[in-house]
Amino acid sequence: MRCRKCGKEAVMNMRQHKLALCRDHYIEWFIERTEKTIRLYKMFRREDKILVAVSGGKDSLSLWDVLLRLGYKADGMYINLGIEHQGYSQVSLEKVKQFASAHPEAELHIVDIKALYGRSIPEFARESWRGQRVCALCGLVKRHEMNRLAIEGGYYAIATGHNLDDEAAALLGNVLRWQTGYLARQGPVLPSDYPGLARKVKPFCRMYERETAAYALLMGIDYIYDECPYAVGSTSIFYKNLLNQLERNSPGSKLSFYLSFLQAKEEGRVRFKEEEAPPLHACQRCGQPTTAPGYCAFCRLVYKPSKEEVEAALEGSTDVDFA
Amino acid sequence: MVKLIYRDKEWEVRPGITVKKAVEEVGLLIEAVIPVKDGKLITEDTVLKDGDVIKLIAVISGG
Repeated sequence: MRCRKCGKEAVMNMRQHKLALCRDHYIEWFIERTEKTIRLYKMFRREDKILVAVSGGKDSLSLWDVLLRLGYKADGMYINLGIEHQGYSQVSLEKVKQFASAHPEAELHIVDIKALYGRSIPEFARESWRGQRVCALCGLVKRHEMNRLAIEGGYYAIATGHNLDDEAAALLGNVLRWQTGYLARQGPVLPSDYPGLARKVKPFCRMYERETAAYALLMGIDYIYDECPYAVGSTSIFYKNLLNQLERNSPGSKLSFYLSFLQAKEEGRVRFKEEEAPPLHACQRCGQPTTAPGYCAFCRLVYKPSKEEVEAALEGSTDVDFA
Repeated sequence: MVKLIYRDKEWEVRPGITVKKAVEEVGLLIEAVIPVKDGKLITEDTVLKDGDVIKLIAVISGG
């Protein structure tokens, strides 16, 4: 197979785009497509400070790499979840540090959950939820910490490495269960629609997972190949496999599924009723927006306020010692 | 024979078929892997030769 642009031997064939490219032209294409996505969805401007959530995986490290090559002010944030199984957290942190050391122009923030809050994610899960729902708890903690760091650091937006396969799988799951609240909000940009809530963007939302993997491999980005041990058997992986079977028979289906959904929403051809959520207010402990009265879910998990503390917080009184 | 390696699994397939055919024969989807030979990415229409060792990099992550 030959590169469409120069005729040299192609290294990557993308049936979804009817396009095969050599190494140099693939890298060029990948970076340009990311820039186009950023501009298409008005994610951020050249002068904005961006916080990239990096996990040590191919998507987040590739994203950080591309944003830096495009000249954006992109710092990284790694959350050490304390997952010791197969040395997962240790290995992923090493990959992130290695990448960051090669990019001194960018700052790397490392948030160690156990050091900050006394327990790792698995320990929190064992203590609070009987070891169950580790992924839900992990998501709660990561969102809280990403938001905290973005606001404290004055970042315009948090950029995550979610790719098209992630988005299409989430969309499929939301459609299968008609989760209209999620469908109303799913998209490349989650705006900051409340003080203290950071803007979140997904510059890789139009990139196939295979495309981001190819970029990482071609650029020699050393990423963690192993999955998070808690991700084994997850629903999202199941949906991704289903969608890949569809894609095999009908190239471009995943992209069309996602982009047509976005377009239908934008043109008003489909509307999803957002569930009437309780109003947001600032958590009495950390100040982050929450729908829960008094304390946000994260602070209730971490600090386990007593009944008296909760009541005091609900009355707006903060004369309780949190030390 | 041609060796295919995917995560901790290995298979042997006959030479003379394409990478795509070989991937399908072992029950994988080309959409879910990137074939690498001698450290270089190859496209799925590449015809496999006797003695080739192809690493199939899994691309799906999740959770």
